[in-house]
Amino acid sequence: MVEPALSIQNLSKVYGNNFHALKGIDLEVPQGDFFALLGPNGAGKSTTLGIVCSLVNKTSGKVTIHGVDIDQDFSKAKYYLGVVPQEFNFNQFEKVEDIVLTQAGYYGMSMRDAKPRAKQLLEDLGLWDKRNSTARMLSGGMKRRLMIARALIHRPRLLILDEPTAGVDIELRRSMWEYMRRINEDEGTTIILTTHYLEEAESLCRNIAIINQGEIIQNTTMRDLLTQLDTETFLLDLAAPIEQMPLVEGFELAQIDAAQLAISIVKGQKLNDVFSQLSAQGVQVVSMRNRANRLEELFVSLVEKSSGSAPKAAGGIRS
Amino acid sequence: MNAKQTWTALWTIIVREVRRFMRIWPQTLLPPSITMTMYFIIFGNLIGSRVGEMEGVPYMSYIVPGLIMMSVITNSYSNVASSFFSNKFQRSVEELIVSPMPNWVIMMGFVIGGVARGLGVGIIVTAVSLFFTHLDVQHPLLTIAVVIMTAVLFSIGGFINSLLANKFDDISIVPIFVLTPLTYLGGVFYSISMLPEFWQHVSLINPILYMVNTFRYGILGISDINVTLAFAAIAAFIIVFYCFGLWLLKRGKGLRS
Repeated sequence: MVEPALSIQNLSKVYGNNFHALKGIDLEVPQGDFFALLGPNGAGKSTTLGIVCSLVNKTSGKVTIHGVDIDQDFSKAKYYLGVVPQEFNFNQFEKVEDIVLTQAGYYGMSMRDAKPRAKQLLEDLGLWDKRNSTARMLSGGMKRRLMIARALIHRPRLLILDEPTAGVDIELRRSMWEYMRRINEDEGTTIILTTHYLEEAESLCRNIAIINQGEIIQNTTMRDLLTQLDTETFLLDLAAPIEQMPLVEGFELAQIDAAQLAISIVKGQKLNDVFSQLSAQGVQVVSMRNRANRLEELFVSLVEKSSGSAPKAAGGIRS
Repeated sequence: MNAKQTWTALWTIIVREVRRFMRIWPQTLLPPSITMTMYFIIFGNLIGSRVGEMEGVPYMSYIVPGLIMMSVITNSYSNVASSFFSNKFQRSVEELIVSPMPNWVIMMGFVIGGVARGLGVGIIVTAVSLFFTHLDVQHPLLTIAVVIMTAVLFSIGGFINSLLANKFDDISIVPIFVLTPLTYLGGVFYSISMLPEFWQHVSLINPILYMVNTFRYGILGISDINVTLAFAAIAAFIIVFYCFGLWLLKRGKGLRS
């Protein structure tokens, strides 16, 4: 039987102020997966990942990395693990190449192995020209890439990316996606991604868990999750401003401004019906788009539902 | 980690630490040599010439071992305290925590870095002292042993301080309010035999007195205290501090929530 890359059983964390950050969660990430761990701020994502990489002490529960129990042999388990944290955590006064090579040393890699590996990674991530610059001289995007290079230096089999593209421009973000896909597909590295860019998770990940208030509220494949989307909201851009909101029978309609409408389409309803009714009232639609990313609609809906508040967005899931 | 990997990891920390204090030598290596030169000129030459002899040796020669030891103590301590706390402050300590290195390797790496700086400064101060006096070392091995053990002890102390510290102020409290008074009262500038009997007894609970006197014994062959007892005391302190530091590290004190 192939061991999962990460297995979490009944994991709890109670902080000193009696805050229950994790309430006995279970999670399994198969080897080779590209896995999204999503949740609102303070939901317990960073605490979970912090326990996995030993930055947070767990209160109870069991964590195994590639079959190695962190309570039994954390040192061995850590070999499998590469971590790209949310915040910059390197010495800002050290040179780029030194930061990567030093990390290699911490894993016991000889300089003979580490130097070509560091060169390869820095070249792949577009940092080789900056190898002699001190880290503080790098742009935000470069610093993020430096942390990825550092995390990969010892060839980890499980890579944890905690918001790796936060504050990164769109072009660079997409090139980082490509790189992450490559190391996942070509090198077989299991990746766990947390992000607030849900488009990123939808584009990259095959499986997903959503955590809220210290509990896993969804743990399924991305495809299955998206099929749960019951209602989608579209924004319709009108050819001319309207004074009175048209009546579209059978649909929930809202006016955003004089030349834009929002319409909620429940599964099974047809957009053609909307357009024909609007045309009949002399309202011309020139373009349309999703109001939010599909995963985003689901995410908001799931989180609001688990928090006990009524969904604000038009999107929703089947209960 | 196997033995080779462990050694590589330890060496990585040591090299990083030595590079750090060498890179900022105007802050780390230069100030002690200037401060000690002032001590030699003012206390040794100007005031010392009026004091005459202490315990049968010229006053300048008498204070040199204490001043060397004072430099070793403060530099070993502050090197580890400031370096490790900077790692905490910049969160680069996470690089160490997520790695498979055993805790003792992390601690020893920083301690050896502190010892390197302490001994480096000790050598510089010794070299400066040779402009003012002649040193005829009586017990070379004992001298080297006690200075290394002292540097180890205070490096571990600095490590513990940085683990417990929450802000930069916390790593300056011990050097200012504990180390400096204990060093000045530890027989650097005087023999405790000059003190009233009560204060002689009080002085005996000051651990720095043992280090300074053992070091002085190694160089000059004179001491206020039993050298064997001093070695035993320093070794005992090292063991206790080392175990306490490792225990804090294992618990993740100041590192893990």
